[in-house]
Amino acid sequence: MLRQISASVLSWTYLVFVYAFIFLPVAVLVLFSFQDGRLPVPPFNGFSLQWYEAVFADRKLMAALGNSMVVALISSVISVLLGFLAAYALARYKLPGSALQRGLLIAPMTVSYLIIALGLLSLMNALHIPLSLLTVCIGHVVINLPLCFAIIYASMGDHHINIERAARDLGANDFKVMALVTAPMLMPSILAAFFLSVTFSWDEFIIAFLLSRFDVTLPVEIWSMLRSGLNPKTNAIGSLVFLASVAVLLFLELSLFGRTKKQ
Amino acid sequence: MTASVTIENVSKIFGAFTALDNVSLDIRAGEFIVLLGPSGCGKTTLLSILGGFQSPSAGRVTIAGQDMTYVAPAKRPTTTMFQDYALFPHMRLVDNVGFGLRMRGLAKAERDEKALGFLDLVGLKASAGKRPHELSGGQRQRVALARALAVDPDVLLLDEPLGALDLKLRRQMQDELKAIQKRVGTTFVHVTHDQEEAMAIADRIVVMNQGRIEDFGPPSEIYMRPRSLFSAGFMGEVNFVSGRVAATDANSARVETALGSLALPAGNFTASSPKAGDRITLTIRPEHFRADDRAEGPTVALGEARVAGSAFFGTHYRCHLQPCATDSRALVAHLPQSASVREGEIVPLAVRAADVVALPATGG
Repeated sequence: MLRQISASVLSWTYLVFVYAFIFLPVAVLVLFSFQDGRLPVPPFNGFSLQWYEAVFADRKLMAALGNSMVVALISSVISVLLGFLAAYALARYKLPGSALQRGLLIAPMTVSYLIIALGLLSLMNALHIPLSLLTVCIGHVVINLPLCFAIIYASMGDHHINIERAARDLGANDFKVMALVTAPMLMPSILAAFFLSVTFSWDEFIIAFLLSRFDVTLPVEIWSMLRSGLNPKTNAIGSLVFLASVAVLLFLELSLFGRTKKQ
Repeated sequence: MTASVTIENVSKIFGAFTALDNVSLDIRAGEFIVLLGPSGCGKTTLLSILGGFQSPSAGRVTIAGQDMTYVAPAKRPTTTMFQDYALFPHMRLVDNVGFGLRMRGLAKAERDEKALGFLDLVGLKASAGKRPHELSGGQRQRVALARALAVDPDVLLLDEPLGALDLKLRRQMQDELKAIQKRVGTTFVHVTHDQEEAMAIADRIVVMNQGRIEDFGPPSEIYMRPRSLFSAGFMGEVNFVSGRVAATDANSARVETALGSLALPAGNFTASSPKAGDRITLTIRPEHFRADDRAEGPTVALGEARVAGSAFFGTHYRCHLQPCATDSRALVAHLPQSASVREGEIVPLAVRAADVVALPATGG
């Protein structure tokens, strides 16, 4: 009896520590974004929304927020589209060296973002392509395409083959099979790939930093704010970034995984 | 619509494996044809060659007189109903059934109306707004049938469509399939390994084995007058008794067997005409044994046998009989309900000569 109680107390303590370890930094960040004072460090002086006000009044920060959204959406759409096409080709057709091609598509996942960014930077220089949000988009496609490909490829089962055959048998051409049958059937994993890709692009710093010049994304703007020292305003914008990621994840969980469970 | 199908000398080779070996077949317009055989006999390969999902290594396929050997599935006047139904999981039933019409460019209102008509044909009009995962196996089956028929094919190809259903539902669907085929008049080519299903629905049965056609004809002919030992053995239970042709005359032949000798009409040699000295195998259906020789019509006595075991099957007693004259393997006989058989009893064996089919012995 005693042993049971102590075991359960121990496991609960463990659980609390694990979650505290994971979420305490975020909790502190969010808490001090409401700090009524100039420094985001203890003690907590009182509750205030002044820093959020400052964030929304900051033109540069708002522009960076808009840039981040545009980059995240465009690069994710491209990554999902290319990933889907690659997965469809590799799952449905006998291609030369398909194992090697699969490996090559996934390989960028193992390369660090820094190396990818440096490689793209020297490539852009060599091709005389000016750095801009477009080059950031390209960089984000490079890192998110392998992820999208892997997720969509994994969900392309053989049980879909006959369904696609039936569509073809009823007169659908290749494009219509993909657009009307394959893509809708794989919609849960396509959306999962899209939203994951959006959150990765939204948070990404190194590539966005090295491949942008005048227009920058939010993480880069936050970084330049941090250089002038800690400030509850950075906490406020950090909290907003975190909130956006959580919102996307919640949406994903509720709309997508809830639906697949029901089916 | 409906069309005839001709298969000329079709072969299909996968590496070292010959799936189809020089198969030829003539199917009339509006027929219900069943391709019957064990798994791996080539029946599904033949069906996918008809549907255009595979091309033959050699030979020709024509539908309504048009060469279709290398035409893509979408361009053929055929539709296939797949074993796993292959319904579109994200579409409502009415959209599933209307898909082929949509591909043919019909406006939404028109195709919905037609699709509802076909759902009505299979008794699912009330469920038109449901999605496939809300249906039972039998209902999905019907939707797949409606979807395949909605584009008005000349030939409908059915790949073991009833395989996943339980026995009772399968029997019920067989009747429905047959009734729907009669109503629409489309040529049906149906693949199965269930000989009862084949007999229940087919106008003509194609018995296949190891890539070849063993037998082709109406169910009664395949059962009563099989043209190969495989066909005889695959269509229900049968006893094989080996023998030798002793003498022949114009329209009968005398056959010697371990059970005794009997004279058979020459027409009962279904595979080749008899010659003296030929080694043959007699095929005798269990229900053709008469335990006594009081049965109607002239019978041939085949000695006596001891009842080694019997079981009551409702319509008949199924008995294992050990012939007394020889220690060859036991025979299976179906004796009438009224017969009183006890284990160990000695019963006389008799058959009507007309019921016995003689086929060339294999191997010797």
